[in-house]
Amino acid sequence: MKHTEEKPLYTQEHLLYLKKRRNHQIVVWSLRLALLAFILAAWELVTTVFGWIDPFFMSSPSRIAKTIASLYEDGTLFYHIGVTLLETVVGFVIAVAVGCIVALALWWSETLRKVLEPYIVVLNALPKIALGPVIIIWFGTGSEAIIFMTVLVGVIVATLHMLSAFIATDKNKILLLRSMGASKWQILYKLVIPSSLASFIAMLKVAVGMSWIGSIMGEYIVSKAGLGYLIVYGGQVFKLDLVMSATLILCLLAAGMYFLVVLLEKILVKNAEN
Amino acid sequence: MKKEILRFSHVSLIYHTRHGETLAAENLSLSVGEGEFVAIIGPSGCGKTTLLSLAAGLLKPSAGEVETLGTCGYMLQKDELFPWRTIEKNIFLPLEIKKQNTPENRERARALAQKYGLGDFLQSYPAELSGGMRQRAALIRTLATDPDILLLDEPFSALDYQTRLNVCDDVAAIIRSEGKTALLITHDISEAVSLADRVLVLTKRPARVAYTHEMDFGDAVKPLKRREMPQFSGWFETLWKELNQ
Repeated sequence: MKHTEEKPLYTQEHLLYLKKRRNHQIVVWSLRLALLAFILAAWELVTTVFGWIDPFFMSSPSRIAKTIASLYEDGTLFYHIGVTLLETVVGFVIAVAVGCIVALALWWSETLRKVLEPYIVVLNALPKIALGPVIIIWFGTGSEAIIFMTVLVGVIVATLHMLSAFIATDKNKILLLRSMGASKWQILYKLVIPSSLASFIAMLKVAVGMSWIGSIMGEYIVSKAGLGYLIVYGGQVFKLDLVMSATLILCLLAAGMYFLVVLLEKILVKNAEN
Repeated sequence: MKKEILRFSHVSLIYHTRHGETLAAENLSLSVGEGEFVAIIGPSGCGKTTLLSLAAGLLKPSAGEVETLGTCGYMLQKDELFPWRTIEKNIFLPLEIKKQNTPENRERARALAQKYGLGDFLQSYPAELSGGMRQRAALIRTLATDPDILLLDEPFSALDYQTRLNVCDDVAAIIRSEGKTALLITHDISEAVSLADRVLVLTKRPARVAYTHEMDFGDAVKPLKRREMPQFSGWFETLWKELNQ
């Protein structure tokens, strides 16, 4: 690379500016961690140390840690995580794939788009949980039912998001390609798909959240294992430690999956530029 | 008489919308000879762009006939370079679309780019180039498939004034040295006068050719040179009056 060969000579002012920016970053991160530490400490203090609130209702960080440790020891921790993760990821992939394919079909045919529009609007507005009983009867009580629920929650959003991206393709660029004699296929893969990359990634970010909603909602309705199952079960038997533990793990997993998408974004954008 | 390469004979075009129909052009006849540079000016909204779409075969006339002897290359107001493609890949785009993406054609396009000062930018992305350079790249892209006629739809209107004069000079030089036929649509009188061999003035909608003028600048083909010549202001006034009738 050119940049490393010759060392840039910055002015004193610019160096100061860089240092300021770096310091700002450090401050932000320290405050973030401090806030987390404060919440955990306050939680622990008001429950187990001072006993102002019964940990039976609030649980506490130390009890959560103990619960997670015991789940780990009896070997069920990764089993439940695995079940939920599998349902979420499979549902996510299917929802994204189906959403993109349907959006392409709708972009291709204006007639199809117009015919299906009211159905899509209704499906989008419908609270998917209303279909719970139908799903149980159709798919039974296993992971299939939960995956179906996850797909259902994600697919409409994915479709609408991609369709609006495809339709927003620059009209003048389409005109340019048409003046070159391009076929509809060529317009699709030379222009429409590449120019929708940014929207595709934005859609993935939304779809990640939707998939977690779908899988946990699915597990609430019907399940024998998974984090949603642990939460519902914990609630029913008043084991708030279990509820809080599963919720915490859920937070971490959802954040992890989101960051994987961000990572994918970095890779895709880099590839698009090279 | 030069060989005719593009001819409109008694062309009419009707636009249909839900709220009615608009007669965009009526009984419009014109012809462009090989190697000629023709500029068309007209009041705004008179359907200038429609005319180019007809010439490019993107629209079919409602009546009359549009004949083209040869292939067309279309250049739009903005460069419309694809930001995810390098300049080189942008220039190859029409070759890919027309399935003429052979090594010889690529080499020809690359040589054109090199000849007109884009050699160092082939691997750059459009965002790294100035507006003028981008418009030049758009012209090379149009030339990549070696079209017989260039259709130019206000190709300089998106540029700032200084860049515009330079790019105008640039584009004129490239088109002349490649010996291309060009049909330029513009609302800018001085641009038409400084570039063209012949200027056509259109009427308000429905568009017809109201006046035709042969430009008399002799051998002076450089737009900036023409702008300094005494005839220039005369032509400007004439066309200005005709446009405002």
